[in-house]
Amino acid sequence: MSDKSSQEKPWQAVRIEAMESLLAGAGIIDPNRVDDIVHRYEKNVGPHTGARVVAHAWVDSGFKQRLLRDGLAACAELGIGGPETEYLKVVENSATVHNVVVCTLCSCYPWPILGLPPAWYKSSAYRSRIVREPRRVLAEMGLALPPQVTLRVWDSVSEIRYLVLPERPANTGHLDETALAALVTRDSMIGVARLSTPEHGGTRP
Amino acid sequence: MNGIHDMGGLHGFGTVEVEFDEPVFHSEWESRVFCITQVLDTLEIWNLDEHRHEIERMNPVDYLAAGYYGRWLFAMEQLLDRKGIVSREEMEQRIAEYRADVRHYSPLDNSRRRWPLAPGERVRWGAWRKEVQVTPRFAAQQQVRVRNIHPPGHTRVTNYVRGKTGTIVQVYDQAWVFPDTRAHYQGENVQPVYSVRFSARTLWGVQAEADVFNHIDLSEDHLESL
Repeated sequence: MSDKSSQEKPWQAVRIEAMESLLAGAGIIDPNRVDDIVHRYEKNVGPHTGARVVAHAWVDSGFKQRLLRDGLAACAELGIGGPETEYLKVVENSATVHNVVVCTLCSCYPWPILGLPPAWYKSSAYRSRIVREPRRVLAEMGLALPPQVTLRVWDSVSEIRYLVLPERPANTGHLDETALAALVTRDSMIGVARLSTPEHGGTRP
Repeated sequence: MNGIHDMGGLHGFGTVEVEFDEPVFHSEWESRVFCITQVLDTLEIWNLDEHRHEIERMNPVDYLAAGYYGRWLFAMEQLLDRKGIVSREEMEQRIAEYRADVRHYSPLDNSRRRWPLAPGERVRWGAWRKEVQVTPRFAAQQQVRVRNIHPPGHTRVTNYVRGKTGTIVQVYDQAWVFPDTRAHYQGENVQPVYSVRFSARTLWGVQAEADVFNHIDLSEDHLESL
């Protein structure tokens, strides 16, 4: 609690500073450990991890089959894993099937694979609407799905976490795995976006 | 419980606002709330399900106003107070001193603190137990009905599927903890989890969009035979 300008801080900032000082003072937590975790989520873990998984699945069909069978075991082959994912189910998009993921109860998300979820994923609007009117919500978010595409909405309210395997964009046969990974966006792995061909430019994030 | 947290299907929340180039945390307090919770999760103080339930118990007005990390802060304060680890009185005193800009805080009285926890008081955080065998009652492709239950405590069966009929598309035959009872220390009741597919028309009637399927993962105790 070095900065005492509490009047300018949101009340949550004051409360968590008070709590941290109590927990540290009582020897319950080590603030350095908290710092390490902040650093991990701000710098190390993020959608680039999931993008590596997707790109590898695009170039290695054996890996893709293992990934679809047991997502976490396949990710472990790439050295990927961590808390809040006990089981990873990978759902594959195709020309005729599109998948989108939500947790209507509390915003569950595959943290070790995609990092922490964006604010919209945790929003009341997304959680309430994507299960009831997903085509309309996706269209509002910029993804107008053709009517012939079947839509599957996965509500991850148990401990199974989801990763959408987007379709590999056309005209990417010349790209290596690293270049392919750079095309994969977070939103395509949640299922609220599809990937465009590199000529048209990827839409970040 | 039928709380505001069970949002699937509700109207009135408007459009999904997407922030361009969003940071991982929007402020330092969010990062401290989240990462202190991550540390506390490893200290065998509470389990995953009671942590979620604590958030569900927020007053619905507060739930909507607090935002995601504000809810986590609420749960942290409530659970630590109830378990005798950091009391509400300690928190309020520390905040009062902080606001008064005192030079030194009052010393902590650790004599009444339930810390460190005795071995028998420690709680396992994790989500499942792989070492136990379970035998699934239902099979893939089987039609099942979701039990129409409205328990006042924690449950992971969402309101929008209760009483509805769907098809099992995958059996997760590992020994998953049953959140509805573990949240209340009424046993782990390990059991299979099923991925159940519903036609959107079954759930949303004439308002359903065409060619949409809702998939949801449900514990065996949430399902019944037709």
